[in-house]
Amino acid sequence: MSTTVATPSTSPTKDSAAPPKKSLLTVLLARPELGAVVAAVVIYLFFFAIADPFRSLPALSTILYTSSVIGIVAVGVALLMIGGEFDLSAGVSVTAAALTTSMICYELRLNLWVGVLVSLVLMLLIGFINGYLVVKTGIPSFLVTLSTFFMLQGLNLGVTQLVTGTVATQNVSDMDGYDSAKAVFASSFSVGGVTVRISVLWWLVFALLATWILLRTRVGNWIFAVGGNAASARAVGVPVNKVKIGLFMGVSFLAWFLGQHILFQLSTVQSGQGVGQEFRYIIAAVVGGALLTGGYGSAIGSAIGAFIFGMTTQGIVYAGWDPSWFFTFLGAMLLIAVMVNLYVKNYATSRR
Amino acid sequence: MTDTISEHAQRTAEKGTPLIEMDGVGKAYGPIRALEGINLTVSAGEVACVLGDNGAGKSTLIKIMSGLHSHSEGSLRVDGNEVSFSSPRESLDHGIATVYQDLAVVALMEVWRNFFLGSELRKGNFPLAPLDIPKMRSIADSELKKMGIAVKDINQPIGTLSGGQRQCVAIARAVYFGARVLILDEPTAALGVKQSGVVLKYTAAARDAGLGVVFITHNPHHAYMVGDHFIILKLGRRVLDKRRSEVSLEELTAEMAGGQELAELSHELKR
Repeated sequence: MSTTVATPSTSPTKDSAAPPKKSLLTVLLARPELGAVVAAVVIYLFFFAIADPFRSLPALSTILYTSSVIGIVAVGVALLMIGGEFDLSAGVSVTAAALTTSMICYELRLNLWVGVLVSLVLMLLIGFINGYLVVKTGIPSFLVTLSTFFMLQGLNLGVTQLVTGTVATQNVSDMDGYDSAKAVFASSFSVGGVTVRISVLWWLVFALLATWILLRTRVGNWIFAVGGNAASARAVGVPVNKVKIGLFMGVSFLAWFLGQHILFQLSTVQSGQGVGQEFRYIIAAVVGGALLTGGYGSAIGSAIGAFIFGMTTQGIVYAGWDPSWFFTFLGAMLLIAVMVNLYVKNYATSRR
Repeated sequence: MTDTISEHAQRTAEKGTPLIEMDGVGKAYGPIRALEGINLTVSAGEVACVLGDNGAGKSTLIKIMSGLHSHSEGSLRVDGNEVSFSSPRESLDHGIATVYQDLAVVALMEVWRNFFLGSELRKGNFPLAPLDIPKMRSIADSELKKMGIAVKDINQPIGTLSGGQRQCVAIARAVYFGARVLILDEPTAALGVKQSGVVLKYTAAARDAGLGVVFITHNPHHAYMVGDHFIILKLGRRVLDKRRSEVSLEELTAEMAGGQELAELSHELKR
C-alpha cells in the first residue's frame, strides 16, 4: 500500500541530483564569523601600516598573549550566548578562582594542586548555581549573574581582607607544586626565537574544541536549538535545562582556568581585579558573531573577536597613542558588530 | 513512488484501534478549571478534530497529550494502559508526536539539523561522539523528497522555507521517528489557501497510513475536509461530539460561530 502525496512543487524534481550551486558570497554571508574576519584584517593592516613596532614577531607574540587572556573565557561566553543566556559574573569568577587556590594553599600549607582542584570544584558549583537559578526561576540570566557578580566581588575583597589582612594574596612561588602547575598554566616556550606563552596554545585548543562541539556533536546541535527556540527544542525532547546549566558551568570552568593562569603567572593575586573583564568577554563573543538573543554565533568567531581586542590594545600602544582611546574603539566596535550580526542573521533566514 | 508515511508507520495498529482514550479528563490550574469532562478517543487511521475558539481549552488538551502538563482529573489511556505524562519525552516515547504551529522548528538551524533535532544520529555512543552528518543529510533529503516537499538545499536554515513547508518538515520528521499519534496544533492557522492545502494533504496521508491524528483548529472548513470525528470545546467544556456521519459542515460552522447564541443574536438584530 502506498499513499502518494501529490503536491504542487515550486521547483521541479528534475534538479534533485545536484544541489543548486551557491555563489561564494552567499556561502560567506551565511557564516557568523564573516564580520569579525573582515574587521580583523582591516585592523591588522591599519596598525601594520602606521606603527613600526607592530610589525615585529615579538609584538605578534605579545598581541596573541593579550588576546588569549580575553579569548579563553570568551569561548565559553560565546557558547553560553548561542545557548541564549548571558553571564556577567565571569570576570570576577576568574579572580575568585585564583584567590581560592592561593589562599587555601597558603593558609593550610597544602600542595598547590590541591588548591587548584578545590577551586575547580567551587567554580563549577558557582556555574551550576547560576544555571540552576536561571532555569528554575525563569529570571533573566542578566539579573541572576549580575547578583552573582556583586556577591563574588564582595567576597573576593572581604574574604581576602579577612584572611591576609591586605588586598592581595601572599606569594606562592616557593610552595609545593608551583613548578608543575606553572608549567601547565603559565609557562612559555620558544618558537624560532620568539617566546610564546602557553595560554595562547590553551586558547586555541579551547576555541577549536568548542567549535567542534558546536558543529559536530549532538550537544552542539542542542546548544543552537536551546538558544534559537527553547520551546520547540523542549518539545522534541532536548533537555533544555541541562544544556543551559552545562553552558554556565562551561563558562565557570574557563574562568577557573584563566584564574589559575593569572595566579601562576604573577604568583600573587589582587582581590579587586577582574571587574569589567566580563564585558570584554561578551564583546569578543559578539564581535565574533554571537547574537545577543541566542541561536546564532561561533566559537572560533569569539577567538577572532579576542584577537581584534589584542591587536587594538597593543596596537594603540605601539602607535604611541593615549590608551584611553581603546575604550572608544571598544564601544564603536561593539555597535558595528551588533549591526553586522543582525544583518547577517536576517540575510541567512530571509526566504530565497 | 512510495510514501515515507506508510513505510514508517507501525503496521501493527489496525484501522480503528483506539490509541489514546480520554475519559472525563480535566485540568485545573489552581482554582481555575481550564478543561473538564473531556472524552476523546483517537484511533488509528482516523482524524479527530478538536475545534474551539481562543481560550476554549484546546491548548490545555494538547499540553496534556504531549506531556507538557499532566491532567488533574479523569483518566488518560494509551494502548489501554493508564498514563500520566510528566515530560514531552515520555509522550514521545509512547509514539505521540506534537507539531506546534509556531514552534515546530528552530528557524536559524539548517533543515537537516531540524529534522533530526532531539534524535540525532551519532557515530558511537560516548559523550561528544561525532554526529553522522552525511547520513543525516541524505536521510532528511530523501525523506522530504519522497513526500514531495521541494527544499532547494537541505543545508539552508529552515527559516528560509515557507510556513507550510516548515509544517510539513515537522510532520515528516514526526512520522519518520515512528509517531503513531500526530497532534497538529493549528497547522493551517497562519497559512494561505494554497499552503493550507499542502498541510491538509499530509494530514490525510498520515491518516491513510494508519496514524491517529488529532487536528486542532478553529477553522471548521479545514476540519471537515479531513476529519472523521469532531469535538467542539467552549470554555473548557465539550459542546459538540459527533462522528462525521452525524454532522454536516453547516452544523459545524454554525456551532463554531456561536450556535444558539448566534441565532438569538441574529433574531435580535433582524431588520
